[in-house]
Amino acid sequence: MLKVRIIPTLLMKTTGLFKGKNFLSNRNIGSLMPVIKTYNIRDVDEIVILDIEATDNRMGPNLELVKEISENCFVPMTIGGGINKINQVQKLFYNGADKIAINSYAYKNIDFISKIAAEYGSQSIVASVDVKKIGNKWLCFSNNGKVNTHYEVVDWCKRLKENGAGEIMLCSIDNDGLMNGYDQNLIKYVSQNINLPLIVSGGAGSYEDFEIAIKNGSSAVAAASIFHFTYRTPNEAKSYLLSKNIPVRKFFKN
Amino acid sequence: MQVGIINYGVGNIGSVIGSVNNLGYNYKIIEKETDFETADKLILPGIGNFKKCKEILDEKNFTFKIKESVLVKKKPILGICLGMQLLASSGTEGNNKLSEGLNLINGKVINLKELGSNLVLPHIGWNNILIKKRSPILKNIPDNTDFYFVHNYAYTELSKVNIIAEASYGINFPVLINNKNVWGTQFHPEKSSKAGVEIIKNFIKLEHAKS
Repeated sequence: MLKVRIIPTLLMKTTGLFKGKNFLSNRNIGSLMPVIKTYNIRDVDEIVILDIEATDNRMGPNLELVKEISENCFVPMTIGGGINKINQVQKLFYNGADKIAINSYAYKNIDFISKIAAEYGSQSIVASVDVKKIGNKWLCFSNNGKVNTHYEVVDWCKRLKENGAGEIMLCSIDNDGLMNGYDQNLIKYVSQNINLPLIVSGGAGSYEDFEIAIKNGSSAVAAASIFHFTYRTPNEAKSYLLSKNIPVRKFFKN
Repeated sequence: MQVGIINYGVGNIGSVIGSVNNLGYNYKIIEKETDFETADKLILPGIGNFKKCKEILDEKNFTFKIKESVLVKKKPILGICLGMQLLASSGTEGNNKLSEGLNLINGKVINLKELGSNLVLPHIGWNNILIKKRSPILKNIPDNTDFYFVHNYAYTELSKVNIIAEASYGINFPVLINNKNVWGTQFHPEKSSKAGVEIIKNFIKLEHAKS
């Protein structure tokens, strides 16, 4: 049986790891490598690493860093931030990325997604979608939540799927960093309308938030603040979910 | 002992290198034909598209070198994910027509949906393996251990004797296969944390009769 994944999200800038609220007021929470090593020892299910200033700074992904991470990380990792060229994608895979996350550039050039799918397979592309509720609609935002693309979330996810995205990583900007829970209505709405594995993020503050999101249709739950700023851990989250009869990966002992 | 990690430009080899290196074995990244000579064992990683990857192996003359190493020199090979699928006789990914594989373990590779799985694709995440027969590559690995998968296609029509373990995702399909010195895992051992490291270690330590 396929297990539900619990994924720590790491947001980085050139100077280290950051975490904000509603995509704003980012706090520096230290350097990347010790955190990667800790998550590797703790045997988490997967790691997502996003460079949140790469698009605005017009920088490509930091390949040296990805290489260093992959040599220390034996669980799957998704790398995102500023990716807009096919040769960057090739170099990312070469240096140890398992999946790449595409966000802002997809709005400019959706063919980029289909090109990557043709070359590397759709299973290697995570389409990252950041949404904000405006009126009674959820709209997609690019450039780390700064630019309103005016795409409605399900319309946009359908286009991403048609073009070959293998997973959707959905983040609520409204709930991000507040630890008051995911936007469960958004999760229900997208999971009922899009037939792709769904990673949800933005707002998790308790293990119960994970449980509800899974019951609402997500394949994986991602979170940052709950793991960075509280004593809660991915392994404890698993014990909780298991007690609620949700299948999670067993810790391997030998 | 030198482990040759075959790099044909599209594979994700960073973590394969890392895991072999962390186990303390020598490795060589195989980038040209002559690199095959010194390798005692081969790992064929893979991510991407069956047809395209096979074309690259052909262009680099790696298809010939792999077959020579495996069939004539009897070197063991471990194909990972697409690397395992490439061991098949044929596959449909790429142009939806069958294209030829390395033909090292009889069988073909088709989409999980065509195989009868009605679950959401790709099959991404941790899934437990169902051991069909014990094998030295499974030393220290209990039945139902979880491994990391990320794929749309699966191996089918292979002989039962070649199936060491299966996984279930809508349907059961082979995820650990073997024919003599040829081994394949549909899951990513290099991404499957401690359990995955065991598989890589077991593969490197396997003893094969050289003839």
